[in-house]
Amino acid sequence: MSTAPVPPKVHYLNADYGWRSWLLTTDHKRIALLYLVSVTAMFFLGGAYAVLIRLNLLEPTGSLVSAETYNKLFTAHGVIMVFFFLIPAIPATLGNFLIPLMIGAKDLAFPRINLLSWYIYVVGAVITLQALVNGGLDTGWTFYTPYSTAFANTAVVTAGVGIFVTGFSSILTGLNFIVTIHKMRAPGLTWFRLPLFVWAHYATAVIQILGTPVIAVTVLLVAAERAFHFGFFDPARGGDPILFQHLFWFYSHPAVYIMILPAMGVMSELVTAFSRKKVFGYRFIAMSSLAIAGLSFLVWAHHMFVTGLSVYAAMVFSALSFTVGIPSAIKVFNWTATLYRGSVSWQTPMLYAFGFIGLFTFGGLTGLFLATLGVDVHVTDTYFIVAHFHYIMVGGTIMAYLGGLHFWWPKITGRLYPEWWARVSAVIIFVGFNLTFFPQFIVGYLGMPRRYHAYPPEFQVLNVMSTAGASILGIGYLIPMVYLAWSMRYGKVASANPWPATGLEWQTTSPPPTLNFDKTPAVADEVYDYPKLIESKGAVLA
Amino acid sequence: MPEAHAHAGPLRHHFADLDQQQESSALGMWLFLVTEILFFGGLFTVYTIYRHLYYDAFSAGSHHLSWKLGFANTLVLIGSSLTMAMAVHSAALGQKGRIVLFLLLTILLGGAFLGVKYVEYSEKILPCLGDGPHAGCLVPGARFDASALHLEGKEAREVQLYFSLYFGMTGIHALHMIIGIPILALLAWLAHRGRYSALWHTPVEMVGLYWHFVDIVWIFLFPLLYLIGHH
Amino acid sequence: MSEHDSQHRRHVVPVPVYLAVFAALCVGTVLTVTAAGHDFGALNTPIALGIAATKAILVILYFMHVRYSPRLVTLMVSAGFAFLALLILFIMSDYVSRPWPIVPGS
Repeated sequence: MSTAPVPPKVHYLNADYGWRSWLLTTDHKRIALLYLVSVTAMFFLGGAYAVLIRLNLLEPTGSLVSAETYNKLFTAHGVIMVFFFLIPAIPATLGNFLIPLMIGAKDLAFPRINLLSWYIYVVGAVITLQALVNGGLDTGWTFYTPYSTAFANTAVVTAGVGIFVTGFSSILTGLNFIVTIHKMRAPGLTWFRLPLFVWAHYATAVIQILGTPVIAVTVLLVAAERAFHFGFFDPARGGDPILFQHLFWFYSHPAVYIMILPAMGVMSELVTAFSRKKVFGYRFIAMSSLAIAGLSFLVWAHHMFVTGLSVYAAMVFSALSFTVGIPSAIKVFNWTATLYRGSVSWQTPMLYAFGFIGLFTFGGLTGLFLATLGVDVHVTDTYFIVAHFHYIMVGGTIMAYLGGLHFWWPKITGRLYPEWWARVSAVIIFVGFNLTFFPQFIVGYLGMPRRYHAYPPEFQVLNVMSTAGASILGIGYLIPMVYLAWSMRYGKVASANPWPATGLEWQTTSPPPTLNFDKTPAVADEVYDYPKLIESKGAVLA
Repeated sequence: MPEAHAHAGPLRHHFADLDQQQESSALGMWLFLVTEILFFGGLFTVYTIYRHLYYDAFSAGSHHLSWKLGFANTLVLIGSSLTMAMAVHSAALGQKGRIVLFLLLTILLGGAFLGVKYVEYSEKILPCLGDGPHAGCLVPGARFDASALHLEGKEAREVQLYFSLYFGMTGIHALHMIIGIPILALLAWLAHRGRYSALWHTPVEMVGLYWHFVDIVWIFLFPLLYLIGHH
Repeated sequence: MSEHDSQHRRHVVPVPVYLAVFAALCVGTVLTVTAAGHDFGALNTPIALGIAATKAILVILYFMHVRYSPRLVTLMVSAGFAFLALLILFIMSDYVSRPWPIVPGS
């Protein structure tokens, strides 16, 4: 550790130059960076809409914008964040970059399809943004019928086409991951030696394959209804609007597991690396990922408890919704048990990991409230729900995403980010997040409905707190943009394994060569063998 | 020092050998077909619900279709599946000429299927065009002529859902064939140019899988749309 | 390297098998029409679906070579149909049970 690391002479970033080498690349690492740029741009766009929402909610009269405009704001925020950020973020950036490295392969199974998936994402984004900008969309990201089919006079069809197209990006990514993980593991890399990050992405891919087509056909039906007046969801024609909700949520509930499973995969890597210990209950965590993928398809109607659903069906879905919490809980228990008697260090990725454990657990527990029929009837369509899913999506997924981004940043860029700036941002984000969303639990329980531009004046204090929190959160997100970009040029050069951590990705240079490994590795070690790593590397890196 | 690997023509560099490449392609294609199962499945779901709710109207609508045309079309499509399987078989045996022959036969049969579909659609859609009375129009909407089915009131509305599903499901099915036929033509052209061998003919196999899937969808569509309550 | 057959030449299905499957499919189609002409009461739909499913399975096993493919392919296909079945059955359970009485005895 006394000599400064020297970057490899040729690696994937400098192997070729020019816009064609990026826009026509089939290197999974470059495609991951293309996605990184795109999802980051979409994140800040979705965030801008969030800022406008929170600014409008400073006053109970909500008169910053008109009610119609407000509907367009929360719709845009939801559509962008769900479809263009949360679903692709971890799989398409970290997953794309790391999976071939983690399994000792030269690339994914279908590199050209990988590039195609990015282009499809971009085209889908352009179409959807076009709709959001030209006339806008005011149906909510859930575009419930019959409003979306019969009454809305906004760009529903265009947005629907955009979402339809974007869905294929998700499908192709999932397809690629499943085939890659089955067929391209290095010699000796058995299933139970795979990093849990890989298991998590495999489970995610299963959901992407099984679920996404259903929302594709559902969006098509909505478009057809608007264009051709088919009547599937029109009561006047014998249709049932609730059927739309069934079809919509059949995908959209598993979709939230597409958003959280990769984050859990990141968590497994971070918790072991920064406890310098083997993960507790590896097989349980691996199997729980598959269990979540399977069970996630059996719970969707908990979004529909107040629609006039059959009470019997509601009870079944309620019971199943409780069970889907179990595998998630198993993961949290096992990460906690991993920390126990570990040698815990507090670098930025670990700060985010701790944030995740706290916030995801909290948000997940509120999910149990919502699975309870009686409670849900009271809090559904209030800010309680909004707070619940933001705790999971933002407190969970985004924290894990940032933690993973920081953890693998040296591998991706060959540079170290500035640790103190990163820690400060993590703390700012944690504080800002809680200030934004905790008051929403309270105000929701007290009865403030969601998706309304105005609210009863007695809720103003809590709303102002939430908006204040949102500004802090926004600052917290902007700071990493600055120092991460700065580090790419001016950051300290990173060694191949700066933490050090186990995993094949750390056995190659930082950044890796285009074909990932100079020699295909053969795997003989068990996964997360930190005792062995520490023994071989000597002192622990502080 | 990058390891040297055999560069058989079609072998992509990230695969170790053609077997791994072919097996990966097959898995990928099957995963895509699984998405198609769920995609069409969404339509079958809508069908199931509304047939359950409005059986009599659905039965009336189904009686109005020509089961004989549907029956003939089913045999045509099954035949095209046979010729497609034979095309793959010929590719596996490296018989270039026969690949082309069977692919062309598949295209022919697929085209025949679409031709019958055109006939069926025309007789339902043409009455809807232009001004004047739209007797016999079976496109759901303002011009739908329920009296052609001797239905009125509630059932006149419900049967429109049946026809929405009829057009929607057979339409998307036909779209899959319309996309498939040019791909088959491209395959035939490449086969003619000697692109495929016994060692490597993965594209033929993959397109075959797609074509068989389209056949399977129709195997379910025929009884579900054409034969409701025919007893 | 992941497990794969070392043989280059994969199993080639003999033509008579294809012809037999084709014949079975044609018979099945005739059967479909014939069965539709009889009233089996509550069994009408299961019979129609059963015949269609049998035909589909023949296409999958033989024309699509699943019989001669790795078990993973069988698993994937089964998973696809299984989740479709879940979609249909769970949604149907809502519609079927909506009219059921909530209060016992009412």
